[in-house]
Amino acid sequence: MDVEILARIQFAFTIGFHYIYPPLSIGLGLILVIMEGLFLKTGNRIYEQAVRFWIRIFALIFGIGVATGIIMEFEFGTNWSTYSKYVGDIFGSALAAEGIFAFALESGFLGILIFGWKRVSPRVHFFSTIMVFFGSLFSAVWIVVANSWQQTPAGYHIVGEGINARAEITDFWAMVFNPSSVDRLLHVWIAAILAGAFLVLSVNAWYIVHKKHLEIARPSFKIALTVAAIFSLLQLYTGHRSADGVSHNQPAKLAALEGHYDSSSRADMYLFGYVDNKREKTMGIKIPGGLSFLVHGDFNAPVPGLKAFPPDERPSQVNSIFQFYHLMIIVGMTMIGLSLLGTWFWWKKTLFDKRWLMWIFAFSVLLPQIGNQAGWFAAEMGRQPWVVYGMLKTSDALSKMVTANQIIFSLILFTLVYIVLFALFLFLMNRKIQHGPVDYGTKEHIEEGTKRDNPILEHDPDGIYIRKKS
Amino acid sequence: MIRMAFTSVKNHKMHTFLGIDLNTWWFLVFGAVISGYAILDGFDLGAGALHLFLKKEQSRRIAINAIGPIWDGNEVWLVIGGGALFAGFPVAYAAIFSAFYIPFMVFLVGLIWRGVAIEFRSKEPMLWWRKTWDIVYCVASIIISLSLGLMLGNVVGGLPLNKDHEFTGDWLFFFNPLSILVAITTLALFMMHGAIFLTMKTENRLYVKMRLLSNNFTVFFVISFVITTFYTLLYIPHLSDFFKARPGYFVIPLLMILCIANIPRQLKKGKYRYAFISSAVTIALLLVMVALEVFPYLLYSPQNPAGSITVYNGASSQKTVKILLIIALIGTPLVATYTSFVFWTFKGKVKLDEMSY
Repeated sequence: MDVEILARIQFAFTIGFHYIYPPLSIGLGLILVIMEGLFLKTGNRIYEQAVRFWIRIFALIFGIGVATGIIMEFEFGTNWSTYSKYVGDIFGSALAAEGIFAFALESGFLGILIFGWKRVSPRVHFFSTIMVFFGSLFSAVWIVVANSWQQTPAGYHIVGEGINARAEITDFWAMVFNPSSVDRLLHVWIAAILAGAFLVLSVNAWYIVHKKHLEIARPSFKIALTVAAIFSLLQLYTGHRSADGVSHNQPAKLAALEGHYDSSSRADMYLFGYVDNKREKTMGIKIPGGLSFLVHGDFNAPVPGLKAFPPDERPSQVNSIFQFYHLMIIVGMTMIGLSLLGTWFWWKKTLFDKRWLMWIFAFSVLLPQIGNQAGWFAAEMGRQPWVVYGMLKTSDALSKMVTANQIIFSLILFTLVYIVLFALFLFLMNRKIQHGPVDYGTKEHIEEGTKRDNPILEHDPDGIYIRKKS
Repeated sequence: MIRMAFTSVKNHKMHTFLGIDLNTWWFLVFGAVISGYAILDGFDLGAGALHLFLKKEQSRRIAINAIGPIWDGNEVWLVIGGGALFAGFPVAYAAIFSAFYIPFMVFLVGLIWRGVAIEFRSKEPMLWWRKTWDIVYCVASIIISLSLGLMLGNVVGGLPLNKDHEFTGDWLFFFNPLSILVAITTLALFMMHGAIFLTMKTENRLYVKMRLLSNNFTVFFVISFVITTFYTLLYIPHLSDFFKARPGYFVIPLLMILCIANIPRQLKKGKYRYAFISSAVTIALLLVMVALEVFPYLLYSPQNPAGSITVYNGASSQKTVKILLIIALIGTPLVATYTSFVFWTFKGKVKLDEMSY
């Protein structure tokens, strides 16, 4: 296989794996702030136990997010050095801001969040929780700004030619607020909050189904359900704004999202369907003229189709883009439906009696994850063949001196490491969830006996030798 | 000689601040971040590298929890350093990481395993489980320290680069004598630094053990440092050109030697905080010396000087460098404030509780 495909596979794989975790930390961060805030306000120990439990899970998720994130930062340099040189002036400043404003904030206060319960006052602890949440929100800002700049470049000019060409900043704020960054940032933030909310919903639904920890699971479920209902509806709006933005800024991507080829005809909007890449035809269940209406407010207005772009300036994997995009929409709608249904039964006061609904919620953690991955794949594949839209092609962005063998070596290395990492993540998550939001030192916990999170071995007051003294 | 050639390349439209051009300022910021990383992650990597010298389960557990709340924050300095290099010197970032492809991947995988080991080690009571993760933790810390040193050694010694600043050697090139010596010295330095840190954080019998280890690793560091220095002076004389040309700057190595000498002195007196500060300053001064030697080069190519990357031909535009400096000016006091707050919160000897690793 050639270097470009391998490098793209490696990037997609490592970023896809990484992107499981940061959205969860953002979303969980919000839930932690709400829970701890309620604890401080009401003094109810239920919320304290819940927040202590979720902080443990947060720590695990955060740890893997950092480990896989460090790899991303350096992968630009290892595999995409031409790209790094080309965008360094712009991308780099966003990345540096992210490091100093977001990561440092997040990791600094995380220590207090996890280990500081006895060392700081409840208020300072709450402050740390808020700082960690802000840190995770900020970290999304800069990376989404950088990615949006790749979609809709602004505030730059090109200096040099050929291999030495590069983009330089002319207007920092125009670069930060490029045409798509605000819409996309809101869309990503809300998607992240949904990821956290549905994780909390899922775990608590599982407890409710199994009639465990009910006194903590029920209020936690309601908190998460409120967050999920509000933000899944808001996502409808930001999703519309993003699609609207794409229609103005990236017409080829818009056409690919809906599998629209013919510029002279009206453009349809599909619920689901199939694109035949070879014959350039799209089949499926559609709203005739729906895309025309989205773009022009008129069901019969023509919209530029893929055929209007030269073959080397439009994405080739149209069917995949179409499917990812529609998968994201279906998942989004399902989340709206599910959280509204939950809210309805809550209002009817029968929420926790509906076992079937609790079972559905127990698996709902997968929905935002699928939505996040599908959304990013649609956004990134839809931008192809460009890495910076209209300026730099992905095939030109590679490291010139890196060979296919080096990429295969690192790809195998990462695949093995990530498989083990993911297995360990699931194992530990499962343990923590099985252990439940039980307070340490309480009667309930002592009865649980061996399920202690990090057992201290105390057979011998002096500690036991792990290796015999020679 | 080569140094002079670059003054002509230097852009005449350079902006300056306090008489120093912005690129040099950013080089200083980058150097400060790298020093911060080496000092902070240095002690937790060192604590990891000496982990298997501790024989008791409880001791190992305390040692891990001594770095528990802060190692993650320390590692963030690496992320900031990477961002600082990418942003200010994208050409150097692109060249360095595509050149160090294999060692860097090994380094990254080491970082992942180390984090995983810290997180997992105490999760299960079985001794085989804890032993296995102890080994992973220790080996990963050693590999990370060695590969950091190896890369530093190669940056100091120079790499073969073509006119487009791309690396033309293969990975065997990295294992030259200078880089291997620098790698071992880095490991020794971190182990000494980590041992002193653990002495500060422990009590009773573990404390006695750590005192002994601190002395031993100080000896290890001094020996490897002396060998590396003599090797450099004898075989790579051009690396000391800077100091030979400017005798006034000899005060820096002198200060560093005093700092190193102060470490055993403070250890003997039982003043571990001062010993720790001395070893932190030693790390900083070592990097200052490296910076003075290489400046204005970020990556020097002895085989093809025209391919070398300097802070001028490898930098972002003046506008970006200016923005970066503003970001650093706003961000640094913030980071310093809450980093000290976190360190202050966790000061004192380690006590295991139910939230411990």
